[in-house]
Amino acid sequence: MSLWFAWFVALAAVGVAAYAAYLLVRDRPVDNPLFYLASALEVLVLVQLVAGCVALAGTSRDVEGVTFVGYLLTCAVIPPAAVVWGVAEKTRWGTGVVVVGMLTVAVLVARLVQIWGGHA
Amino acid sequence: MPEQPAETGSGFGRVLVAVYAVFAISATARSLVQLVLHFDEAPLAYLLSAFAAAVYIVATIALARRGPTSSKVATVAIGVELVGVLVVGTLTVLDPELFPDATVWSDFGAGYGYVPLVLPVVGMWWVLRTRARQRSA
Repeated sequence: MSLWFAWFVALAAVGVAAYAAYLLVRDRPVDNPLFYLASALEVLVLVQLVAGCVALAGTSRDVEGVTFVGYLLTCAVIPPAAVVWGVAEKTRWGTGVVVVGMLTVAVLVARLVQIWGGHA
Repeated sequence: MPEQPAETGSGFGRVLVAVYAVFAISATARSLVQLVLHFDEAPLAYLLSAFAAAVYIVATIALARRGPTSSKVATVAIGVELVGVLVVGTLTVLDPELFPDATVWSDFGAGYGYVPLVLPVVGMWWVLRTRARQRSA
């Protein structure tokens, strides 16, 4: 898998988390820009899911496949889950949920890179 | 801010449920991989991982659901979680050879940024606070 793309996804997730944290501090619920940012990140993690599976199929590295695909899938599930769970809460804590979700995606991507490097 | 209903799954509790869900999913996935692929390597550690995963699942669902029964279940689950991380954390610090492979609670959750240690403390505070507000309402 192209490592630069993984790091880009992680950075994007941190960026969305930062915007959500800004809303949290300003005492605001999930707004439209946050929704679109989270949707854009979802596109990135879906691309990562496909690219990751293709890379796994073509590699001769000793990568623990089940764990690797599990992380890829979890990354793809989190943004929609966080937005759905966060939108239902019409307070600042709704954006707090998105902060947690996005930071989790960033951590998962970092772990993906580790697993790819063989440090499971 | 509008008046919040005293439920464990609303307001700040919404974030708490999200964090618990992350731990429920990651602990469950990790424990399934361990049990299915590597069970013979460290059976005790892996059974403990599975137990921790189950505790996180119960706590997540109980926190998210409304009603007095759910908040009681949440109190018990978080209590078990707190005892679990303290006991396993202490044992693994005193005797690092005890478990050949790490669990969520090893070294007080150091592998997970100590979140497993902080989470039950915050969770217990929140559940007790919510139950107190339910009683006074």
